[in-house]
Amino acid sequence: MRVETARDTSPPAQGAVAPLLSVRHVTRRFRTRRHDTVALADVSLDVHEGEFVCVVGPSGCGKSTLLNLLAGLDRPDAGTVAFAGRPVLGPGPDRVVVFQEPALYPWLNVRANVEFGLRLQRLPRPVRRARVDRYLELVRLSRFQRAWVHELSGGMKQRVQLARALAVEPRVLLMDEPFAALDAQTRDALQAELQEIWARTGCTIVFVTHNVREAAILADRVLVLTPGPGQLQRELPVPLPRPRQPDDHAVADLAATIRAELARGGGAQ
Amino acid sequence: MTARLRRVVAPLLFYAGLVALWQALARLEVWSPYLFPGPDAVLAALERVWENGLLARALEATLTRLVVGFALACLLGGAVGILTGAVRLADETLGTVVLGLQSLPSITWLPLAVLWFGLSERAIIFVTLMGSVFAIATSARDGVRSIPPLQRRAAQVLGASRWQTVRYVTLPGMLPAMAQGLRLGWAFSWRSLMAGEILYVSDGLGHLLQVGRDLNDTPLVLAVMAVIVLVGLSCDRLLFSPFEARVRARWGLR
Repeated sequence: MRVETARDTSPPAQGAVAPLLSVRHVTRRFRTRRHDTVALADVSLDVHEGEFVCVVGPSGCGKSTLLNLLAGLDRPDAGTVAFAGRPVLGPGPDRVVVFQEPALYPWLNVRANVEFGLRLQRLPRPVRRARVDRYLELVRLSRFQRAWVHELSGGMKQRVQLARALAVEPRVLLMDEPFAALDAQTRDALQAELQEIWARTGCTIVFVTHNVREAAILADRVLVLTPGPGQLQRELPVPLPRPRQPDDHAVADLAATIRAELARGGGAQ
Repeated sequence: MTARLRRVVAPLLFYAGLVALWQALARLEVWSPYLFPGPDAVLAALERVWENGLLARALEATLTRLVVGFALACLLGGAVGILTGAVRLADETLGTVVLGLQSLPSITWLPLAVLWFGLSERAIIFVTLMGSVFAIATSARDGVRSIPPLQRRAAQVLGASRWQTVRYVTLPGMLPAMAQGLRLGWAFSWRSLMAGEILYVSDGLGHLLQVGRDLNDTPLVLAVMAVIVLVGLSCDRLLFSPFEARVRARWGLR
């Protein structure tokens, strides 16, 4: 992926090319002493290159489990998860996760946090410097590059985490409710910025959220999961023009549709 | 008087008063001057051992033992702590041994050390090491445990290997707990070293203290005690406290 790549905002033609991420008949159970919970039951889905897919569902429907499986942080009990045609066997910098909590390193400043993944790859210093500059700029944190983690607000921490993930230039960003813990204004701002970043970098994003409006703003395609056991209930394409605002009527209408879907699946909160 | 001035002046006045009281009590000769010398006599004794080189020699011997013993304790305790913090099986086996042996006062290692190493430097270094190794291992273990699992997973998704995760997340992440453990371990080492030097070994501040007792030289005993306090205090104030404060500030813990 590259910054400044002009992109077509219409969703890519599906079925024409092999999917980048492919989940086939995946089941994942969690056994505890008393209970045997089925987090995901026979879920199949595809994500295509360049797509922005939102996975929506109530808490406990297995959406974070799904993301962990895509990341390779977890393994399915049955079924297969494939990335670029190969089975996912473990985590790797081509599929970086942005967690709900910032998970930054307090002993490093903002700049060094963003550089973290590049150091792991032992990239030469000039390359690292250029990349860090570029992605700090992209998340609008250049001014704060020398700040320490504890000096940042929640929204700034998530921006740093996003820049850290983008800096390794992954093919897929896996985002696990990254804005759920932020206040409404910060969330609105970050949703707008994420749309812009997605347009400029051209990366593929799988974004998990329980916020239906967030899904309506961000997604090319919304996947609705139902709880207990987690199953894919419906796919909704989102053909709305970008950039989208939280108060657009079309966005509100779509949010209502998703909410109705969730209620139908017994997942109303 | 400004608050800052008061912070400097108040302790100064306090200590001056204390010394004056001490001097007055010594002058009154409530107790025999052989048993209760005044500050002037203690200062004179300090000057004497400084000029004849006894103090410098003792300091050198003591600090060498302390640095070697403590450095070994850091390496060994750090390694054991990381192992028991990271691997559950190691914690359930080695970790319980560490916890058990921690309750043993470190000077009780001295007889064994003498049997193993004889009356040698190695014996005293062993005791110094034993004084702090368990405290350091425990704090290293707690340090590893205190690292949020998410920080390790973040490293994994960014492409860190197992070894890189240890090198770039575990080692720096355990620092706050470790800073505290090092400070504590240093104090323990210092105590066990003094006890060891008094009991068995030649050279060092503890030995000089013992020489003072043998010669009925109370001023010397008090002078050496003052030096021991001074060394212990300045190590803590100049090395360990600033290090701990720095780490805590960096992490935003106040």
